[in-house]
Amino acid sequence: MIFLDYIRTFLMSTLQTALISLRALRRNKMRSMLTALGIIIGVASVVAMIAVGNGAQARITSQVSALGQNLLTIFAGSRKSGGVRSGLGSASALTLADADAIGREVTDVVAISPEASTTAQAIANGRNWSTTIAGESSDYLKIRDWKLASGSMFTDREVRSAAKVAVIGSKTANELFGPLNPVGQTVRVGNIPFVITGLLESKGAGMGGQNQDDRIIIPYTTAMKRITGEKYLRSINVQIGSADRMEVAQQQITSLLRQRHRLTTGRDNDFNIFNQKEIADTVNSISKIITLLLGSIAGISLVVGGIGIMNIMLVSVTERTREIGIRIAVGAQPGDIRLQFLIEAITLSLLGGIIGVLLGVGVSRLVAVFADFKAIVSVGSIILAFGVSFVIGVFFGFYPAHKAAHLDPIEALRYE
Amino acid sequence: MNTFANNKPVIQLRDLVKTYQTGEVEVKAVRGVTLDIQRGDLVAIMGASGSGKSTLMNTLGCLDQPTGGNYLLDDIAVSRLNRKELAKLRNKKIGFVFQSFNLLARTSALENVELPMFYSHPLIPLRERRQRAVQTLEEVGLGDRLSHHPSQLSGGQQQCIAIARALVNRPELVLADEPTGNIDTRTSIEIMGLFQDLNDNGITIVMITHELDIAAYCKRIVVMRDGLVISDTRNENRRFARQEIATLYQAEQKAKLA
Repeated sequence: MIFLDYIRTFLMSTLQTALISLRALRRNKMRSMLTALGIIIGVASVVAMIAVGNGAQARITSQVSALGQNLLTIFAGSRKSGGVRSGLGSASALTLADADAIGREVTDVVAISPEASTTAQAIANGRNWSTTIAGESSDYLKIRDWKLASGSMFTDREVRSAAKVAVIGSKTANELFGPLNPVGQTVRVGNIPFVITGLLESKGAGMGGQNQDDRIIIPYTTAMKRITGEKYLRSINVQIGSADRMEVAQQQITSLLRQRHRLTTGRDNDFNIFNQKEIADTVNSISKIITLLLGSIAGISLVVGGIGIMNIMLVSVTERTREIGIRIAVGAQPGDIRLQFLIEAITLSLLGGIIGVLLGVGVSRLVAVFADFKAIVSVGSIILAFGVSFVIGVFFGFYPAHKAAHLDPIEALRYE
Repeated sequence: MNTFANNKPVIQLRDLVKTYQTGEVEVKAVRGVTLDIQRGDLVAIMGASGSGKSTLMNTLGCLDQPTGGNYLLDDIAVSRLNRKELAKLRNKKIGFVFQSFNLLARTSALENVELPMFYSHPLIPLRERRQRAVQTLEEVGLGDRLSHHPSQLSGGQQQCIAIARALVNRPELVLADEPTGNIDTRTSIEIMGLFQDLNDNGITIVMITHELDIAAYCKRIVVMRDGLVISDTRNENRRFARQEIATLYQAEQKAKLA
């Protein structure tokens, strides 16, 4: 009971001290607002920066995962001819036999799609459009986690028989057919008519910025036989059963392909493996670093704001020397005076914190309007900003408060 | 007020010394004062500036610690107390009245008087604070000025608020430092009348003044010079402020009638 009484007494005296502090701040409204402005800007920028950083990270992560689930892509390597190196996929190294071997021998592979692609003119509905023609297996959409808006994917049987069927990207469909449903229509590529069996859902820009929706997907067998005329593949898309087997699978595929391509020790790979999880991890860690960087730059302005509070508290202590002297004379203990000025500093910084959080959320919303991604305001960053502004109030308020508490009452009462 | 058990002097000074270090020079402001002040006394401490009377006052008021000798306030050895304990002692036992009033600006009379109770331990409930402040302001004749700010009041009224503030915690001792120094003669007499009334009710008052006119209202006059007490006498020809005010008032009325 004595303990409870003590707590009640403590709360009551803290409350009444807080009231004195609030009144002092109200008397200098303009000054209080200007002082809090440092903290307001600091907190707002921390909240907004972290929100923008998180938003960008989420956006990139979703782009990476839009590539598909647990995806490994094997590209034919760059070709060297007389010192000139061409881009990925240019070497004539990957074959259908390689793809078959991977499917057969690497146990973690659950789906595989050899890719033979080129750019060609597509004609339909009296219009023509230059687009990417991608030859793939029937598993391709499953690997890429891509849905159909209507119709269906071509079947494995159609792949084996090199049927003249196609699924069409939404952008290409729009260019050729306008608002018409293209499913069941015919599109001609290099004078070969393909029956459209399905329309893909829109996937938006890919990692490199290219439009993924501008393409026609046909069986790789048909592509190799009738469109590209080559027996080499551009790449092989492979889906692995689980994320933690990605690395093992990548190693197995590497050694399998080195063996098949008869690469002796010391020679470079003539292919490259793109590991989606690795990319996702890298992108994630980079964007985390960027968020941290943005946040800490904003944090510096919080410290500057804190120094502003300290400055104005020192001014306030000097201005109110006589008041402090009176309070000490009538029996205020050093702790009472210290608490009064500490609460004043904390009130200033918390006030700045509250307004700053509101402003930061507002700025984040505004960014979302202008940028093509949503800024994500996290509760954590708000709590962090609040906590930091409280700590700043205590830290930068302590010295002025301590100074006030230890004024000599005789000198203070004489102060003009 | 004076109970039998409590008839020891409120203030007992024994060979009190206070030395200041100002740069290289050591200033002996008080050089050995021995003095007892009884409960219910009304004492004037007189002296020229530099005589050590202000230093003595600060020490009596527990705003400062003596460098030598002993000071017992209500039997408590002040020399041994730390800042916090001194603050408690001031709050509980001493009321201050200053020459320049020292009221909180932009703060109502009521809140100024409530101030000492703010720092009392154990805490005084808010309602009781208000009650006591109102009652004390009524005692000094300012019951109708509760919400006025100091800047809206005359010097005499401001000093009355300061006196109410000094009284509100029911102290053992009221210390007044030139309480009429900033006030015109007529109002000074009224302030002295208030002090004499309070003293009649048993409150011990020590005041510093360099005016003989003011000291003449006190029961005892202590004169200091160069940090020492050079005379300490009972005031046999004491003036009574209330009578003088009544006489003055009658004279004014006559003048008006004539």
